Amino acid sequence: MDLPTIWFCVIAVFWLGYLFLEGFDFGVGMLLPVLGRDNTERRVLINTIGPVWDGNEVWLIVAGGAMFAAFPGWYASLFSGAYLPLLVVLLALIGRGVAFEYRGKVDSPRWRRTWDRVIVISSWVAPLGVGLVLATTVLGLPLDAAGNRVGSPFAAVSWETLLGAVAIAGFALAHGAAFLALKTAGDVRARARALAIRLLPVVLIPLVGFLLLVQWREGSLWTVLPLAVVPVAGLVARWRLAGDRDGQAFAALGVAVAAAAITLFGALYPNVLPSTLDPANTLTVAETASSPYTLTVMTWVAVFGAPAVLVYQGWTYWVFRKRISTQHIPPVHTP
Amino acid sequence: MDVLDLSRWQFGITTVYHFLMVPLTIGLSIVVAGMQTAWVRTGNERYLKMTKFWGKLLLVNFAMGVVTGIVQEFQFGMNWNAYSRFVGDVFGAPLAMEGLVAFFVESTFLGLWIFGWDRLPKRVHLACVWAFSLATVASAYFILAANSWMQHPVGVEFVDGRPRMISIWAVLTNNTALAAIPHTIAGAFAVVAAFLVGIASWHLWRRRKQDDEHRPVWRSSLKVGAWLGAVSFAVLAVTGDFQGKLMFEQQPMKMAAAEALCHTEQPASFSILAVGDVTDPNCENVKTFTVPALLSFLAHNDFTTEVKGVQDLVNEYAARYGSHYPDDPALGELAGKPIDYVPSLPVTYWGFRAMIGFGALSAGLGLLALWLTRRGRIPDSRWFPRIMLAGIVTPFAANSAGWIFTEMGRQPFVVVPNPTGIDGVWMFTARAVSNLSVGEVLTSLIALTTVYLVLGVVEVYLLRKYVRGGVDGVMPPKPPADPANPDDPGGAKPNDALAFAY
Repeated sequence: MDLPTIWFCVIAVFWLGYLFLEGFDFGVGMLLPVLGRDNTERRVLINTIGPVWDGNEVWLIVAGGAMFAAFPGWYASLFSGAYLPLLVVLLALIGRGVAFEYRGKVDSPRWRRTWDRVIVISSWVAPLGVGLVLATTVLGLPLDAAGNRVGSPFAAVSWETLLGAVAIAGFALAHGAAFLALKTAGDVRARARALAIRLLPVVLIPLVGFLLLVQWREGSLWTVLPLAVVPVAGLVARWRLAGDRDGQAFAALGVAVAAAAITLFGALYPNVLPSTLDPANTLTVAETASSPYTLTVMTWVAVFGAPAVLVYQGWTYWVFRKRISTQHIPPVHTP
Repeated sequence: MDVLDLSRWQFGITTVYHFLMVPLTIGLSIVVAGMQTAWVRTGNERYLKMTKFWGKLLLVNFAMGVVTGIVQEFQFGMNWNAYSRFVGDVFGAPLAMEGLVAFFVESTFLGLWIFGWDRLPKRVHLACVWAFSLATVASAYFILAANSWMQHPVGVEFVDGRPRMISIWAVLTNNTALAAIPHTIAGAFAVVAAFLVGIASWHLWRRRKQDDEHRPVWRSSLKVGAWLGAVSFAVLAVTGDFQGKLMFEQQPMKMAAAEALCHTEQPASFSILAVGDVTDPNCENVKTFTVPALLSFLAHNDFTTEVKGVQDLVNEYAARYGSHYPDDPALGELAGKPIDYVPSLPVTYWGFRAMIGFGALSAGLGLLALWLTRRGRIPDSRWFPRIMLAGIVTPFAANSAGWIFTEMGRQPFVVVPNPTGIDGVWMFTARAVSNLSVGEVLTSLIALTTVYLVLGVVEVYLLRKYVRGGVDGVMPPKPPADPANPDDPGGAKPNDALAFAY
């Protein structure tokens, strides 16, 4: 494989890491009012991702930074082309991050209610927006010869990209429920598990539907394979949840999101952003790639950096591996 | 306003806002790491209290630094797509390295530190605070290397109309970057110094007549802050002087604009204050206090060097880079118009003075506090805590002024031509902006400014609350001991609960 192709794969891996890790983070936020009946239960939910959500979010930043370094044209055209959707994602991520950190800093029901609302809304909006942007890069934008979007600021919004948005948000919901079943104990766990079992078949429908659409529009022969894995892995997850094996169910959903990412990026390659205006304006891996020298430098950084990240992030999950239940939540202590 | 102006305002607002949180985070995380090290080494409870108190303020601030930073990472592509395409080959690399090497470490080890008080061995937990605080410095290094490349492009060749990186080493050891980094880090320590001095002074004063069990906490914090402030100001002065000499060679227009030096002078005098309009073509007439030949010394280490004035430089630039913008519709209103090579003189002139003035004021207040509290004294005056608390603002103001001067001093370029560099590697800001609609940029400008404003108020409210709460507000309450029944089976065992939960 040549360097640009390798870097296309690296960026796909960063996006996959993001979808996998922040998928369940978003799911936990979405389920906050559903599974958390009182403040202590809601704190249980939030603290399942407490030590890790920030590290999970960095995957998005690095995915963006890697696009900038390896494929500046892709980064520039996608981010300016899908300007308003990205703005909405950014606003949601701002709200979410601050809400987690500030929610417990004042002991007042009104204060907590406000931040809970911010968490729930942003946990819905962010995956919808991320899904929309991902769908846009696969399905394309009306790009002119310079790689600039022509036409309306809402060019990135169509029923196809909205389906992609719902697909990613739906997956996040299921993944969050399965994660909570794995990470909590007692009542919260029982409810999370029951909900995950009920949700799983339903929320995977938009994901599979969106992948079929992508396959039909852009797919190659081989992308049928990972596409077929997605519903199978989803059903395996449901079966393992019903069999009380939370860990296996969570892993099966990990396989599902990996297969979905492989389908999406596999269908996209060798393009990075199709032009819906004129195929000649389509941005490709080869045309947008940085120089061989830059890619070589970045490869060395990634070869040493990425495994280290996996090791210490894995270690963090190990350190905080215990299930959390209401009895582990300390009393509120604020000045 | 057009998309260019709106985008410039947006980048300015979001960056200045981000850089209110950044220096406090960098400085405070290192200081807190030092405090925790002192606690681990000596076992002295005072240092634990210091770690907990200042650590809590650090976390309140860290959250805002993180979320405002995310916006920065995407804004290049969103608002400046032509710039991103032009420089991506070289500019993207330090940005991606920052993410891979620094952001991951910061975010992961911060989580381990917050939640790991009872989950990790003491020394491993200490290593976590050092890991994320050093990572904040590493991320500053990478982003300053990227910014310095815009001020002084190096390590590239010019191929197919774009700079192409030929040496990452040259980019990462750009002399502009090597000068900017110690200056910026010292600026961060100046911020935390004033923060420590202001808050500790107030706490000392508040309970000056009573017996306060936490007095050693505040006294140590004040001392650390004051000395830190003195050392950072010395480093700021030395590195600032070095940066000035680089600027004289690399960005003469910025140097001239800093002084509002309209006409070339030899030797050039340094202006301290001006009364009147510095944009006047005869701006020399409005300068009130000047020190003869000092500017020559700042520029070149001797008292006779010629320093070029704005008007001579404009002619030089016009000869090299054109006197009019090309008649290209992509340039919008500016197409075919004359190029204004002069940065906003009031901003650069006063920004430069505000930076130095507020910095000196901040250092002076720290030393004053040290003198007033010598040998166990606590001033009785109501003015002591007020002045010290107000002093917290000064290094923030100095940092903002310095950055505004640095960035606005390079206009109209977004990539400043390197006088000894490669032909073609420069870019007008007017050329860099995305082809967005005014509505889009206006929406994001209003949305981001509003959200930042609201969150800024919330952060200040929380900081104030935790500052007032003092040590007791951040130490976990001791579990209620029941001496009559030491192993009461009824309640949950205290070690079952998490040491910290959101």
